[in-house]
Amino acid sequence: MSELVVPAGPYAPPEIAAVPSASALTRGQVMIGRCLRLGWRNTDALITSLVLPVALMLMFVYLFGGAIRTGTAYHTYVVPGVLVLCAGYGSALTAIRLCEDMNGRIVDRLVSMNVGGAAIVAGHVVASAVRNAVSSAIVLAVAFAIGFRSHASAGAWLGAAGLLMAFIVAVSAVSAVIGLLVRSPEAANGCTFVLLFLPYPSSAFVPIATMPTWIRGFARHQPATPVIGSIRGLLLSQPIGSDPWLALAWCGGLLLASAAASLVVFQRRISRG
Amino acid sequence: MSTDLAIEATGLTKAFGETAVLRGLSLAVPRGTVFCLLGPNGAGKTTTVRILATLATADGGTARVAGLDVVAARKEVRRRTSLTGQHVAVDGAQTGDENLRMAGRLAGLSRKAARQRADDLLGQFGLAAAAGRRAVTYSGGMGRRLDLAAGLVSRPEVMFLDEPTTGLDLPGRQAVWRVVSELARSGVTIFLTTQYLEEADQLADRVAVLDGGVIVADDSPGALKQKAGGRELELELAAESSFAAVLRFLGKRVVRTEPESLVIGVATDGSGPAVRGLLDEIDPDRTRVRRFAVRDVSLDAVFLALTTPSILPQEETCDV
Repeated sequence: MSELVVPAGPYAPPEIAAVPSASALTRGQVMIGRCLRLGWRNTDALITSLVLPVALMLMFVYLFGGAIRTGTAYHTYVVPGVLVLCAGYGSALTAIRLCEDMNGRIVDRLVSMNVGGAAIVAGHVVASAVRNAVSSAIVLAVAFAIGFRSHASAGAWLGAAGLLMAFIVAVSAVSAVIGLLVRSPEAANGCTFVLLFLPYPSSAFVPIATMPTWIRGFARHQPATPVIGSIRGLLLSQPIGSDPWLALAWCGGLLLASAAASLVVFQRRISRG
Repeated sequence: MSTDLAIEATGLTKAFGETAVLRGLSLAVPRGTVFCLLGPNGAGKTTTVRILATLATADGGTARVAGLDVVAARKEVRRRTSLTGQHVAVDGAQTGDENLRMAGRLAGLSRKAARQRADDLLGQFGLAAAAGRRAVTYSGGMGRRLDLAAGLVSRPEVMFLDEPTTGLDLPGRQAVWRVVSELARSGVTIFLTTQYLEEADQLADRVAVLDGGVIVADDSPGALKQKAGGRELELELAAESSFAAVLRFLGKRVVRTEPESLVIGVATDGSGPAVRGLLDEIDPDRTRVRRFAVRDVSLDAVFLALTTPSILPQEETCDV
């Protein structure tokens, strides 16, 4: 510490007009860059979020697949469900990251540099989308390696990818609200269990018709179901009906509600200090 | 509003639930000076800083920083100020260089200018060699210096330093002090809170003591000590009974007590007649006082004389 070189000036206050200000776009960019960098450096979480989805798919295909009859080869049936499950899993990390930010002092620095809740949350959500896009691509690559085949057109692939991304963004945004609401990363982790669990009571792994009657209502009318239905339909060239629109409505609604909620909760947490 | 004031607060109030933290706090800090806010834990120092730095909103009262209202011109105030808290506010997983470049970009610098600014500050703060290391690997003192540097990226007019040396060892503290003095010399207004009275004594042009949500004293360190008598007559009593008797006898003139060692501090001007008179007054039989000494009053004595002792034990108080 004794080697400290006393900073030489000038720190003289700049003239009013010369005070710079980052644009909202720059602030968003910087926050996204930050979250991507932090995510990339958190090696444990990175490996888990890339490896676990593949492990999940292999587990479904090889451990459960033999016992489940869906009318198609199980790896063909299950891939869309696994993609959505992984999206939920990967997006849930958003809650933990954001909670860590809120508990640390970095958030004070960011706010005192005019970075608002919107940019901070957007940074985490976009970073989550990028991370999940990569893990989804890896899952798909492994799926192809174990025999998944699709004869879908480029347009159908694009549509499926778009819906998956919409789901990822929506779940990440919900996850962000959870991260802002809870006080510890452990609690954040626990609360996002709901998001991880969402694809199970849906058509992800078994046809809804095989479920007990009381749960079918929920399974048919929850966000993961139309997303999975559309992706499966698009990739396997099956009829999709209104599923994509339902899926988009769910994702859009969740995203809007979460965005509004996160801004309110963020402001409340900051002013409570 | 006077233009030569960097910070001006009038009648600030703030309550958290039922607990009133600030009850009409007013203060004024001239431009280019170092202002130090002292107060026991839980007195509302951090709350005051957060209100002035626009992170929290007061329930009542007004405040202007750098000539601007902290509520109406919140964003503009943020552009002209910076806040360094008692916890290092950088990303541990980013390198020192990345943290500073990020701050530069957020302050509106271009990529190139942000890189240049980061390099300059890393050099100035003796962190050039550690620039490429993640901040989590920095020592406490290095982390605090990086934090200060991050606060300076935007060339603030006013810097809020909330307990910037808490938890640092002496060399680390001295390094921060040098930075503060240097900044003050270059014209930056510094608003400092601290637990270390020595720090206030060394750095501050003005010291305000916050107690019970209001400013109970606001003056230069020298003048504050003068008000407390300028000097202190330290009496070591011969027995517990004498201690109690002298304490009762002197009443409000006592500025300091150490019951375990039977020591009482009394305000005095230090002159021979005054000291002799005082000794005769309290100890006519020359049995009560074992030893005495005349000392310069420390800011600690002033502080203790001005603030009411906290009822809560130290561990349970929290700095709000």
